[in-house]
Amino acid sequence: MVRTALDQPALELQSIKKSFGGVHALKNVTFKINKGEVVGLLGDNGAGKSTLVKCISGIHAPDEGEVKVNGEAVTITSPEEARAVGIETVFQDLAMIPEFNIVQNLFLNREIKHKNPILRWLGWLDTKAMMKRAKKSLNRLNTRIPSYDEQIHNLSGGQRQAIAIARAVNWGADIVIMDEPTAALGVEQSAQVNELIKVISSQGVAVLLISHNMQHVKETCDRAVVLYQGHSVADVAVADVTKEDLVALITGATTAAA
Amino acid sequence: MNAQSLSFNYVKQLAFKREAYIYYIFLFVMLFFAVVLHDTAFLTVSNFMNIVKQTAPLTIMAVGLTFALAVGHIDLSIGSTVALSALVGALLLQHTGIPLAVLGALTIGLIIGLINGLLIERLQVSSLLITLGTMGVVTGIARQLTNLESVPIINQDFTFIFGAGNLLGIPVLLIWTIAIGAIAYIVLNKLAKGRHILAVGGNPSAARAMGLQVTKIRIYALLTSSVAASLAGLLYAGRLHGARYTLGEADLLTVIAAVAIGGTSLFGGRACIIGAILGSWLMGMINNGLILSGFSTNEQMIARGVILIIAVAIGVKELRNG
Repeated sequence: MVRTALDQPALELQSIKKSFGGVHALKNVTFKINKGEVVGLLGDNGAGKSTLVKCISGIHAPDEGEVKVNGEAVTITSPEEARAVGIETVFQDLAMIPEFNIVQNLFLNREIKHKNPILRWLGWLDTKAMMKRAKKSLNRLNTRIPSYDEQIHNLSGGQRQAIAIARAVNWGADIVIMDEPTAALGVEQSAQVNELIKVISSQGVAVLLISHNMQHVKETCDRAVVLYQGHSVADVAVADVTKEDLVALITGATTAAA
Repeated sequence: MNAQSLSFNYVKQLAFKREAYIYYIFLFVMLFFAVVLHDTAFLTVSNFMNIVKQTAPLTIMAVGLTFALAVGHIDLSIGSTVALSALVGALLLQHTGIPLAVLGALTIGLIIGLINGLLIERLQVSSLLITLGTMGVVTGIARQLTNLESVPIINQDFTFIFGAGNLLGIPVLLIWTIAIGAIAYIVLNKLAKGRHILAVGGNPSAARAMGLQVTKIRIYALLTSSVAASLAGLLYAGRLHGARYTLGEADLLTVIAAVAIGGTSLFGGRACIIGAILGSWLMGMINNGLILSGFSTNEQMIARGVILIIAVAIGVKELRNG
């Protein structure tokens, strides 16, 4: 199941460093993700996972190091810039407006405007076109939605997760970062989200998956990168290691593997 | 069969929509007064036209306040903005023409809204406290400006446009109400701007994560609320042929009640313009009914307070459920 045959790097990180005051959150992080690959980002609390995610998604700027997207060096200093180079983040709180329906959430700040130039200038919404596009993109991800008029707060956690992922892909992301997508989900819904991750990676999207759940990592990821005290200490093919190996790497019991 | 169930669903949706209770309350109150006041002129077209004309400033304020509430702010300074804008407009009319006077009055709203917005967003203090403060300041300025004297308006064109006029048999105050209501409805329901306003009120951090400029949108919403209050001041001045520091003084509670009972959430994220308009008409109708029943001003105030509590109670209950 290793899908690295393409071997075209979508995202490359080289010696990323970030400190806050005297605290060195990231000391040296280096790894890459190829197109269509799902890479798990593992590490104990405080290992630097969330800082790294914030550095890639533009919430923090790294102090040192190089970020390359599709082979080109980029500087990302804001979420807008991250989005512009094709990086989308599915946040743990999903960044949804509870009162909005599915279509309204999918197109928030990316609305399709009316075809008529005057109405378009006013910012008049083309709700039919958005509905059509929403159906298309959710169908492409094999996501079944009861009703597109449903408000987000009436949906299950798995459905919301699916919509957040669909929104990321819908906005043309080449790289999708997911922060604990199944943390709050039951078994069946977790399986659906895993399925969804496979679908989008098969469409060429590179996925960086932050997870605590070793089972989840074994099931969905091609490779796993382990952070330990701000260093990337291991980069292994998931098929080559056991869950116990991964746990040993996370806790620092073994420092290098594979 | 399919079309039938579709239209049935539509009716069901309409009837059980969260905003829908304003229609029931409106009808209930109307029926109540129609029965109680059956020997008066309550249930006549001309009386209802009077209600609409008298409440026009309130309606405009309610529509403006809806924007502030939609982003999750409250604006307590609207009542004092009405008075100051009306006075400035009336004073300017003594020296210049209508365009400059109107511009001057609306600029007052613009300035107050900007001050409100910048203070709330820069200091990160609750809008309740900031606008309570600006309300005091603006009330003071309005009293000081003419030493509590009222300013008469003799400009016939002004009182026509902003008060007593009729266009093709339609009172201009009704035209103002419909025009402002329609614009606000379109902005909030049909334009991307309105979507963004509601998003900011619904979940500010999500709105920010999606790249919306939350601070700017909130300031725009407060500007809308203040400028609407300025326009309401002009409508008062036009109808009453003059301005006085007491204008708008007692309106704040009524306007908040009208907006809240119309289905707009007092906590942001949900706004209903038609509800705000109907809510203000409802308040006008209750006033009218209470006057025709012979209640005093004091008793009317009590009734308004009770209605506000009921409206907020419904709102809070919905918040917990939703």
